[in-house]
Amino acid sequence: MKYCLTTLQGLSLATITLLPLCAHSELLGYIGIQGRTYPMSAAEQAQGSETLSAVIAPEWFRQWNDGDDSFNIKAFYRYDSLDEERSHGDLREFYWQHVGADWELSVGINTVFWGVTESQQLVDIINQTDFVESADGEDKLGQPMIHFASIKGWGVIDVFILPQFRPRQFAGEAGRLRSTPATVNNQEFYQSSKKENHIDYALRWSHYLGDWNLGLSWFQGTSREPLYQAISHNGGIALAAYYPLIEQSGIDAQYISGNWLWKLEAIHRRGIGHSPAEDLSASTAGFEYTFTGINRRFWDLGLLLEYSWDSRSTAQAGIFQNDLFTGGRLSLNDIASSEILFGLSQDLDDAQSRSAVIEASTRIGDTVRLVGELYHFHSTRSDDPLYMIRRDSYLELGLEFYF
Amino acid sequence: MTIIKPLALSISLAFSLLLPLPSTAQETSSAATQQLSPQAKGLTIAKEMKARDRGWQDSSADMEMVLHSGKRESRREMRILALEVADDGDKSMTIFDSPNDVKGTAFLSFTHTNAMDDQWLYLPALKRVKRISSKNKSGPFMGSEFAYEDLNSFEVEQYDYRWLRDETVDGQDCFVIESTPRDQYSGYRKQVAWVDKTHYRVLKIDFYDRKDTLLKTLTLSDYKLHLDKFWRPTTQSMVNHKNQRRTEVFLRNYQFGTGLDESDFTENSLKRAR
Repeated sequence: MKYCLTTLQGLSLATITLLPLCAHSELLGYIGIQGRTYPMSAAEQAQGSETLSAVIAPEWFRQWNDGDDSFNIKAFYRYDSLDEERSHGDLREFYWQHVGADWELSVGINTVFWGVTESQQLVDIINQTDFVESADGEDKLGQPMIHFASIKGWGVIDVFILPQFRPRQFAGEAGRLRSTPATVNNQEFYQSSKKENHIDYALRWSHYLGDWNLGLSWFQGTSREPLYQAISHNGGIALAAYYPLIEQSGIDAQYISGNWLWKLEAIHRRGIGHSPAEDLSASTAGFEYTFTGINRRFWDLGLLLEYSWDSRSTAQAGIFQNDLFTGGRLSLNDIASSEILFGLSQDLDDAQSRSAVIEASTRIGDTVRLVGELYHFHSTRSDDPLYMIRRDSYLELGLEFYF
Repeated sequence: MTIIKPLALSISLAFSLLLPLPSTAQETSSAATQQLSPQAKGLTIAKEMKARDRGWQDSSADMEMVLHSGKRESRREMRILALEVADDGDKSMTIFDSPNDVKGTAFLSFTHTNAMDDQWLYLPALKRVKRISSKNKSGPFMGSEFAYEDLNSFEVEQYDYRWLRDETVDGQDCFVIESTPRDQYSGYRKQVAWVDKTHYRVLKIDFYDRKDTLLKTLTLSDYKLHLDKFWRPTTQSMVNHKNQRRTEVFLRNYQFGTGLDESDFTENSLKRAR
């Protein structure tokens, strides 16, 4: 789906298509199906134990002006047989970008990633997490923004204006991996009287100096992470998300030395005005070490160790208030690009609180990937955030067709 | 938890296939090298090869890799941009077009003559740039018979040389020189290269593993002259004698002096590379 119009073709086609000369556009993406099973009976009766789902994620872009201008679209839709709230669509990207000599301007919906650690992303705050999509929090909802970047010899300055807030979406009554009672969607509460129309701002400076990468960031606006409050709902009790206003400063650093990769992320967050959110400091620090060519087939094994700390009490802090993550990544370096990722997060205050994951994938033929995922959650204390999903360990198998 | 998919280790310095060894210039007199020791003569040949490849400024090319394993065939396509850097190693960017699941993945590398290279990988699914270690030299590139180090740009300082003999390959008079890598992380004990005496082009390389047994043979062919100065092979074929697998590399659509500059080789340009 790639083409570049030559001048002659362009002249003859320009009147019909109004395309700039030598524009380049492309359609790509994937279609996938997944089956997931939860071996343990659910915490609540309404919750199911098996689900089949299908996903389509097409992407299209067009570049012109020798690539200096581009328009980019990335859409996403998932159908889920068990949970209607997990059947959801999103525009991950829908933006125009212009690139100058030492600057970039993007206007529209986009996804931006900040940070260096693997077990959690403290610093990464621009986009809301697509909470129903996966347990790892890697997937993000598209965020409307004006993003200006200035690229200088002393680093990159990013300025963001974020005019529209995206609330988190939660699994429905029938779904797993949710709070008990369930958190309802479309009934959010906000500290700001402008609700989701509060305009948020963010700044970031980042730089690369030899073996060091460093980033400093600042955000002011609606917290991406909600607090929860009980409401009455359909004659029963439900939870609703409450989004306070916060200011968050962050630092991320990485040092590379041979096969060692040292990583640090830290944030300080404080409430603005009469914010009910607890002020907090949190950090994740650790390393990744890669053993290369561990056997005759030249497999590589990367080992990860990360420690996370959070100043909040257990209940508010989520699952990383005093936790050690150990994991690894095995790359088979074969034609099918097979790999296995595994990890274990252990709460250092509570021997009975942990989660584990194994993810494996391999290519079949040239365009299909077979993906397997196993998540295990264990918790015995009801004030532990993991407790709500203690019965939601699951096994998922999926096929992804790339085009 | 979030663990990045590490194409990191399966992508490497593909660009340097862009900068294979020699080119035309004035022909050095082999008479001048006849009185030298085999070591000095080997070094002289290596220096001449490098000298003939100076001044290309920037270049781009399309690369296709075909992996043959028994009857199975698998393809990888990528575009390679490179920038010549004065007084240091070159900068390069590799953008992957296939297989489809790695489409949009891009790799940025700054090679250094006297330090570890700097390398970054962009993972489009996460929109994340990852810094990666450049120590992994001996591992396979994208499951092929090429190791990362086979794809590295040729730098004279990285080897010790010895001229072995003169020999004819396909009717072309060649020097046969042995190069011993100085890097302890190299997967090779030595390489033996056939370099044609007229244009200083590498026609063939035998790779010997750490136990000094013949591991692979690379044949470079269909050389074309660019800008009246730079010879580039269109086809490279690597045969692994241990597993009988073969990988072919085709480099097409070479362009020089396309106006690339430093700003095209940054983390930001890596993120928007398509």
